[in-house]
Amino acid sequence: MHILSLLYNIMPSTLRKPLPLISLLFLLSILSFAFAISMGSMHFSIHQLLTALSTNQDSIAHTIIWELRLPRAYIAFITGGLLALAGVLMQVLLRNPLADPYILGVSGGASVAALFAMSAGLAGSWVSGSAFIGAFISIMLVFSLAHGKGNWNPARLLLTGVVIAAGWGAAINFILSVSPEKPLRGMLFWLMGDISNISPNASSLFVLIIGLCITFLLARQLNILSRGDLQARSLGVSVKPLRMGLFLLASALTAFAVTQAGSVGFVGLIIPHMIRLISGSDHRLLIPASVLLGGSLLVFSDTLARVIIAPQQLPVGVITAFLGVPFFLFLLNRSMAGKQND
Amino acid sequence: MTSLQTKALSISIGNKKVCENLDLSLQPGEIWGVMGRNGIGKTTLLHTLSGLRPPTSGEIFLNQKHIEQIPRKLVAQKLGLLLQHTEDVFPSSVLESVVSGRHPHISNWQWESESDYRLAYEALDKVQMKDLSHRPGNELSGGERQRVAIATLLTQNPDIFLLDEPNSHLDLHYQIDILQNLCEFASKEQRTIFMSLHDINLAARFCDKLLFISGDGKTKSGNADKLLNTKDLSELFQHPIHVTQGAERFIYTPA
Repeated sequence: MHILSLLYNIMPSTLRKPLPLISLLFLLSILSFAFAISMGSMHFSIHQLLTALSTNQDSIAHTIIWELRLPRAYIAFITGGLLALAGVLMQVLLRNPLADPYILGVSGGASVAALFAMSAGLAGSWVSGSAFIGAFISIMLVFSLAHGKGNWNPARLLLTGVVIAAGWGAAINFILSVSPEKPLRGMLFWLMGDISNISPNASSLFVLIIGLCITFLLARQLNILSRGDLQARSLGVSVKPLRMGLFLLASALTAFAVTQAGSVGFVGLIIPHMIRLISGSDHRLLIPASVLLGGSLLVFSDTLARVIIAPQQLPVGVITAFLGVPFFLFLLNRSMAGKQND
Repeated sequence: MTSLQTKALSISIGNKKVCENLDLSLQPGEIWGVMGRNGIGKTTLLHTLSGLRPPTSGEIFLNQKHIEQIPRKLVAQKLGLLLQHTEDVFPSSVLESVVSGRHPHISNWQWESESDYRLAYEALDKVQMKDLSHRPGNELSGGERQRVAIATLLTQNPDIFLLDEPNSHLDLHYQIDILQNLCEFASKEQRTIFMSLHDINLAARFCDKLLFISGDGKTKSGNADKLLNTKDLSELFQHPIHVTQGAERFIYTPA
């Protein structure tokens, strides 16, 4: 404790401001994991949970927690973090509060490829592999079309992306309407976002951490970019390379999220706004806070998705919206009420 | 101390010519006014001079160095631009906006230090916005927003101030007060001001030198007292202008 207070005293005062919120969200993340491992068809006492977590003995609790609940919570957390981070970046990149990770068609491309794989009877890593390739094709398509001749403004990128996304949407509907009954349910679940049958891997955690590090270093430039291109350039930001980098990074994060969990809606759109409502638009706080809140929200949602109507499972995207809509409206109302009293 | 020079600068937008073969030399301590009718290209000239837009032909030198060859961040340490429009999509406080002016002076991985915030508070004090420093930017009036933008530029603390209509949205008091402060600061600290203005009386009051842009690439530049005559002014604005002797200085009125 003594070292901590010493650290707190020597850190620059600007770093102290975000500390309470980040600590709180960190706590929330741990809480979400605790919720995820304690909920399910098998009930364990706290004592059983703790022994299962801390020791290596072969018990049912140990197997269920280490091989089922914890990996799933881990995937949910990473996915939520990726989506929230991608959402923050897309909103700055397009300078549009309605932007979400899917707005430029990354998930559309991934979905089309994934559904193709499913209708061909493939499963598991074949589906996620095709999703990743589909996402990549869509990213390159939008990038080259929007790049055109030099002029790389947000409006052109947004319109190009939205139109490509609409095209993918039509292709998805086409595949759904011609595919036989059997794979249809799996397809719909995939489209609504589903993390029930993936095995955890380290690569998306790696991508999330790399993304966090890069964007955290760019955070002050992002603050200035959101004040407009001209203002950013006159303050010495190299806007064009920054925009291209943001597009590629946000798309890559989205591609990894979609590949492992389908199109989980809502997280990428709403989480950044929630943090902005709580604590303002400084990206140095917004970025890590969004990742933590996005991750926690998805862990909570996924846990509920598997227990609410157990043994049946709900697609996690449904729950994120059910949880997120009222919470967001509450925050919005609170901040508006505050404004009236000023 | 920094100088900004142009050699044979020509700018055109489509087939409209803003200036042709313009040779300008902005020296430390000088206060310049740019005048011309709406849409004649004053903003384009300011953006070109700050290196945000390539000229059609000719060269721009910042301290004898080609402005295009200097990294943007170094340019931003020497030269600041007040834009006509600012667009904040996401809410941020007045203080956050103003401290963003320090960006060119801090390396990317550093955070703003106490002294950066001190500079921001000083700048807010100069535009009389200190009490509003924690207000969200989107709750400000047009004039308050303009004062925040000016405070941001003061926090950037460049040697050359390019100002695009600095007095827009400002009430009578702030028009005089802020221009007065800026110009006194510039002559005391040997900074350069180059600003577009529509008000002849403000130009007469504050500028040493003037640049008239009259369209078709034609420009006139020189000492303010030489150019501020009824003939040149009436020609520039295509509107007859009268001069009368006021209590403290000449007064220019459109007919």
